[in-house]
Parts: sequence; structure tokens; C-alpha cells
Amino acid sequence: MAASLFAALRGIDTIQVGPVGTLPFASGLLDFIGVHPVRTGRWHPNPWEAIAQLRQDESDHPYAVMTTREMRTAWKQMLAFLTDSGLPYVAHPERNMRMINPVGTVKLTYAVPRSMMAADEALRRRPPCLLVDFAGLKGFSARQIAARLKLHWPALRTTRLPIPALEGELQPERLARFLERRDHCRELAKAIKSRLAGAQAVGLPAVVGLHRAGPHFDLIQRRLGVPLFEIPTLLPSVPGRRLLDTFSRQLPRLGVRTWYQYAVKQAQIRADGALHFRIGSAADGFWVQSRAAILATGRFLGRGLHAERTAIRENLFDLPVHQPDKRGQWHHKDLLHPDGHAINRAGLMVDARFRPVDKDGAPRHPRLFAAGSILAHQDWVRQKCGSGLAITSAYAAVAACAQIPRGLEGTHAP
Amino acid sequence: MAPPLSFIQQREPAGDGPLKTTVLIIGGGVTGTGLARDLALRGIESVVVEKRDVNAGASGANHGLLHSGARYVASDPAAAAECRRESLRLKQLAPHCIEDTGGLFVAVAGDDENYIADFPGLCARCGIKAQPLDGREAREMEPCLSERLIAAYRVADAAIDPFRLALDNMAHAVQLGGRLLRFNAVVGFNLAHQRIRSVVLRDDITGRSQEIEAEVVVNAAGAWAGEVAALAGARIPLLYSKGSLLVTGTRIAQRVINRLRHPSDGDILVPGGTVSILGTTSERSASPDAIYPEIQEVDRIIDQGTAMVPMLATTRYIRAYCGVRPLVSCGEACDDRSVSRGFALIDHGQADDNPLDNFLTITGGKLTTYRLMAEKTADRVCQRLGRGDACRTQSEPLPDTVAGRWTEPGLAPRTWMERGNPGDLLLCECEMIPQAVVDDLVRTLARQGGAASLKAIGLRSRIGKGPCQGTFCSQRVAAYLYDRGVWQDDRGIDELRAFLRERWRGQAPLLWDISLAQAELLEATHCGLFGLELDPVDPGG
Repeated sequence: MAASLFAALRGIDTIQVGPVGTLPFASGLLDFIGVHPVRTGRWHPNPWEAIAQLRQDESDHPYAVMTTREMRTAWKQMLAFLTDSGLPYVAHPERNMRMINPVGTVKLTYAVPRSMMAADEALRRRPPCLLVDFAGLKGFSARQIAARLKLHWPALRTTRLPIPALEGELQPERLARFLERRDHCRELAKAIKSRLAGAQAVGLPAVVGLHRAGPHFDLIQRRLGVPLFEIPTLLPSVPGRRLLDTFSRQLPRLGVRTWYQYAVKQAQIRADGALHFRIGSAADGFWVQSRAAILATGRFLGRGLHAERTAIRENLFDLPVHQPDKRGQWHHKDLLHPDGHAINRAGLMVDARFRPVDKDGAPRHPRLFAAGSILAHQDWVRQKCGSGLAITSAYAAVAACAQIPRGLEGTHAP
Repeated sequence: MAPPLSFIQQREPAGDGPLKTTVLIIGGGVTGTGLARDLALRGIESVVVEKRDVNAGASGANHGLLHSGARYVASDPAAAAECRRESLRLKQLAPHCIEDTGGLFVAVAGDDENYIADFPGLCARCGIKAQPLDGREAREMEPCLSERLIAAYRVADAAIDPFRLALDNMAHAVQLGGRLLRFNAVVGFNLAHQRIRSVVLRDDITGRSQEIEAEVVVNAAGAWAGEVAALAGARIPLLYSKGSLLVTGTRIAQRVINRLRHPSDGDILVPGGTVSILGTTSERSASPDAIYPEIQEVDRIIDQGTAMVPMLATTRYIRAYCGVRPLVSCGEACDDRSVSRGFALIDHGQADDNPLDNFLTITGGKLTTYRLMAEKTADRVCQRLGRGDACRTQSEPLPDTVAGRWTEPGLAPRTWMERGNPGDLLLCECEMIPQAVVDDLVRTLARQGGAASLKAIGLRSRIGKGPCQGTFCSQRVAAYLYDRGVWQDDRGIDELRAFLRERWRGQAPLLWDISLAQAELLEATHCGLFGLELDPVDPGG
């Protein structure tokens, strides 16, 4: 998504092919970098300081290949796009924000939906605060969150609200669709307000609307008269859905041809160097030739990589994958081992222009780029850098792609 | 919000004096729990102490196979005949724990033809019925079988749920006055005059110690029997043989399928409700602790199993696990007259060095013969006590109790649909486990005097056993337990960590293809978002 956006902003004629990937699993928090080094588990309030140290410690990390200026521009363009598209995101340029999780832990992240912003301030000031949850919403318990946070935040209270119109199980998205109606939001605000009892902030699961999330959040907050913040839920999450809907709606308006319903079934580098992609299914596919391509296919969940019992492969071009020698080295015996799992650093090695390279460092193709979690030498889970990696590497890859002179179709550029 | 559960039982504070019981049984596996029931039915009071949870050792880490006996006809005819008798008995007395699937023994091209030729005669010698089938018949019965079959026999194997078996045995013993102390490790013995005067326990949850005085102490600690005996100065020379097994994502066959050859790796496929279990291996281990199913074992099991069932090469595996078989070399202390060669009943009163007149060890054996092992041990206990009725487990049906029922695949969803309560939310969507089942399990655990941990709930149900391996249900159950007032403070973080780590042990060697993508989601959720790998977990401590 990020690569399509940056390509469109540069006026590059772009086709985005493939299912929507892992965006529905996104929490809505846009991490830049929270932890470095992984082994010590050290949280960094200032992401730029963490990146400076990371570049010294891990020269192969994708963040070490980019300039700070590229990173700042990437974030600026992405956040502006989201905000202009009706999904306002906020970030403090020089610091990570603190956010609450559904298990009651706190994490640092860089940019958050405006609907989550007040959690950062609330965690700092710890005012009397009411945490709300909903009967029927599984895996989200205000009591659970408060039980942990109360150790340092005694003024936390909890309440559970029934939604009589929605009997039984409540999936987050179902609740969010229910709160697409203003009258439902007014009723919710009324119910919460009756239980405020002096609370100076209110937290609730991230379910306040989908397409009308911004105005409806404002409506509830205004009626409560105190800061309101959303808390991420278990997956699939509504903030992830909001991001997906925003990109799906806006990218075509920017000229991107979004073919989410199709998949790339086959990719070829032909003898003349041209990049060809068979789109669709084996039965009804068609071929597309492109001047350049960016692999933003993700890892195993996104199907950019595939693991067999003996080795890891890149799915489209069978590109060389940096990986541990044996399967026995892929994972630690302890899920939570502080070193992280070696397989998480497997992926595509790239050059300074984000082109996948062979073991000798030569690019496989002059106009084939890669971005996001498929890149090697990073552990986005443990470093808390998933979104930042996707956004900044997409920006860098598109920037490199944009430098290709026109008229090189079908040839190998030097 | 539903009211907090009122039946949450706090752990009993240690009293001033030692607890007293007639028989103290060390080990809450299927033998220990079976012995508790056997003694209770004879009117003998007992306490079972278990350092972890019921079936935490090899009793919970096996195929769940009720042997017809055919597997042992060549290597151990006595054990084979014993299996035949006990298998028939358990099918009558504990049918709710058993799926009487029947079984096949199949050989494929290249297998030892002498063994194949001898097999029917060896079965007949042990009284085991083995009906010959041709390859076509066998494949009609089980289409997953290889086309390269060269011999097939039908036998009376069955699948048995070892968790339900142990939990029901324990529950019945408790109904009759017995007692279970979970998470209580034996840390010492007080000896006097060639007897165990008291046993010192440490509660692993509270950290408190307490003593128990018993007239007879039975060491039924399985692979840990040697370590327990050593605490009393007794020596049991044990070797440890690790066996690993794999759980498939779906049920591959309706019957038990055995390879018709000398027992080896990866040659038994056992149905287990909605899945199949493929195993096992035999690897010498230096210790019964810190064992893992290793990648080379996993690959060997799959490669060997594929010869009889080709689809095992490509099917999805959702979990691996392993257990340790204790191999006993007990010398003159073994009582060969009263017990089979399949297991060892050691009377430490007959030992040359440091005899202990009120100390017995029962170890070895097979799941299929657990009842017989309990019976022989109880006979010896009664002999030592000079009282006790005759064994009744030979004829008394095992009650179907609530304690063990939720381990049955499919029961929770069936019950949930029958009840039709839309407010009873499914906490585990893979295995369709609703809130009511979790409530039931919390009550059961309270009756057993223990806390409701995620691991304990998982052991007594199908929670976390589906394809997601706890990714989502762990947090859903955690949230629910907070809502019900079962958990307080920050206990949930440690619970999630412990539960996910336990599930991971079985996932890690199987992570390729779809399972790896699933694991990626698990780590993204619990580490990427929740930060559970970090200590301290929160920024700033």
C-alpha cells in the first residue's frame, strides 16, 4: 500500500496486484522503532536515537540503507495522506508515544490514530480514568487492563456496557458498524457519561466506527467532556480495517490501478530483461509487462516467502533468500527468548537502491525492487518497527525506481 | 457483567502439624491416579501429590493407543497377552474414554518378510486375533494407505484418551475420600527405623513446605521415580527413552494403523478424535526434564510414516510432543512373580541397602496396562497395611465425571449447540469451547484444591489445541477469567507467557508452510503488540 501511495505521489503509472495482505491484522499503531538492541529488550522513547544506534550495531538492517531525510519524508507523506483521507494520525516528530494494549501492557509506538492519542497523556498523568468494555466483545476486558495498570495507576475504574441491540457475540467490526450511526454514538456517550463519576479520561476498545470514525469519535468525546481514547483490540482489528479501507478508497483516486482481487500467478524475467507478470488464475490469467516492479509481498503470512521443510524460498522470482543454514536454527526452543528467532531475520538481501541481490551483492534485475517485511536483516516483531519498515523502505524503493530513465523497457540497464 | 465466581478456592494454608493419610502416592499420572481409585474402592484412604499437573509426564505424552497386544507379540509375548486382557477389560469398564476404532497392521514393499510371515502365528500364541486382509480390502477400509502394501491384518486396537482416563480415575478417588495435591513437589523424606516417617512437600505456587505422614508411600513418579527414590536414599537404576509424536491437523484414518515390522520409529498412526497422532521415536535421554521433540525426530517420523500413509508427507501438522519412558533395571528387588515384565513393582523393604519397609515404587509399563499396575501395587499396599478389600477395578465401571469430559473432541461444540445460549461466547473458536466449559473447569480445579491456570484449563479441555495453538484463545480465556474474578493483578501476563511457551514447545519443530505463517501471527500478536517477550514488559519498567 505504501509503495503504491509513494509511486502515485511521484506520478508513476502504477498497478497494485494481490490480496490485501496482512493489513487487516494491523493494530492501527504505526511503529517506527521501539526496541534496540533486541537482546536487551531496551525500549527507546526517541526513535531517532534508536535508529542512530541501530545503524552502528546492524549495518545490514534496512534502516541502515536509508537516509534520515528519506525516512522523515516518508513519514510526513504517509501521515499527511492518512489525515487528508479522513483518517487522521498523529505523531510527535522526536519521540514515541505510550499506548495501552488489551492485555494491560504498555508499548511505545510512533504514530497513532487521533482516536488513540489521549492514551499517551493519560498514561503520563494518570488521572481518574474510566475504562469501558462491552458485553460480548471477547478478548477485551477492562478489568484485565486495569488489574495490571492499577499497580501504578490507582485511579483507574472499569465498567461494562451491554449493547442490547447486538445480542450475543460482538466482533469488533460488527460493533464498529453499529457505531457508524450517530444516534448509536449518542446513546453510547450517554451511557458512559452516566458512569463517569469524576473520571477525567475514558478509554474504550477501538470500535468507534469505520468510515465515520473521526466525526463519531469527536461526537462521543464532546458529549463526555473529557479526553477519550481507543485501545487496540485482538485481531482482526477495526483500526486495521480503517487503514485498509482508506487505502482502498484513496489509491484509485490517485491513479493507482488496484487489483486486490487478483494475484500474481507467475513472474518472469524474459531473455530481453523485460518483467512480465501473469495476473489472475491459471485458468483466466493475463500477462502484464512493467517497466519496474516492487515486491512488497510480505513474509510467510503475506506469502512473499514460503518455507518448506528444508529451506525458505521467495515465491515469485525464486530470488535468493538470506536464511539460517538448517531448519533447526530457524526458531529458539523458547518462544519468548530474548534473542528473537533467527528466521525473523531471513528475507531478501538488497543493495542501496533496494534491489534484491545475489550472494555476491549483484542485483538480480536492475528494475526489480523490494520493500517491507520481506527484507532480510531485520526483526520487525521484536524491534517494534513493522510499519516504519514498510513505509520508509517503500519510500526508498519507489525513489530508486523513479530514478530509472524512461525508455529502458525490455533492456537490462547497466 | 456476570458475577464473579464464588467458588474460587484459595490454597489451603499449611497447618501446624503434618497432614496424615494412609497411603501417599507420589505422581499424578495414569498409574498414580489409577492407584488412588483402586485403593479408594478397597476402603483405603490416599493422597496423590503431583509436582505439576495430572498426566504431566509420559501419561499425557503418548499415542493414546489401547493396544490389542499385537505390537508386542514378537518382542514381549507376556506383555502382549497382558495388553489383550486389559484392553478388553477397559473397553467394558471405561467405554467413555475409548473410541473402539479397531486397528490394522500393514507392511509395505521392502519390509521384513520373515516378520510378516511369523506375525499370525505369534498373535495366535498370545491369544490375539489377527484377521488377514488383502491390500484392496485394507485400502477400502483406509483409503489413505499406500498402494505398495504387501500384507495387512485387522486387530482389536483402539484409541483411548489418557487425560480423561486419569482425570476420571482421580475424580472417582476424590468422590470416595481421596485427595489430590497438584503443584506439590516431593523435596525430602524423613526416615526412622527403616521407614519413611514423613514426606516433605513444597507447594510450587505458594512456596510453602508441608509434611505428610503416611503408613505406606508409593512412588508412582514415572520417569522421575529414580529421582524421588534417591531422596529417600533408595536406588532405582533408570534409563530414559524419549519418544516424540506428531499431531496432524485432520483425522487421517478411522482406525489405528501400525507398521507390520519390528517396532521402530514413525510406525503407528492413531486417531484422536478430529486429529491423528503419528509416532513415535526412541531416543536415549540423560534426564526426564527439559526434553523437546527435536527436528530430526520430526523428520524421521514423517519420512517413516509416509511409507505406509503417503499423505503424511504433505499433511499439516499442528503440534509435536514428547514423553520419557523409564527403562528399569531393578535387579533382585523386582518381584517377577506378581508383575509382568512390562512394568516393575519394587518393594524397597526388600532392598539390601537402606531397606524401607513402607516404600514401594511402581514404574514402567504401558497405558494399556495401567489398571493392572495399579491393582498389583494396591495388592502390595494392602499386604503391607494388613487390611483392605479385594480389588474392584476389575469389574467396577469407571464413572464418567465432569473432571475429564471436556477433553473429548467435539463434546464442547455439541453441548454448546444443544444448549443454544447466545450469551455463552466461544472463547476457543478452533475447538469451539464456550465460556460455560471454562466455568466448569474452574470449578473442577477448585475442587481439586488448585488454581485455575491457563495450562491447567488447557490440559482439561481442547483449548489451545486447534490450528491457532492458542494465538487468540489464550487472551480470550485470560480476559474472561479476569471478568469472572478468578484472576487479579498482573497474573495474566505470567499465565499467557507460560501457556504460550508450553504450546510453542510443540509448535517449533513443525514450523513450515501454513504453520509457520500461523506462528508468525502468534508472535506478531503476543510479542509485536503485547510485548510479552520483554522483561520488564513496559517501557520504563
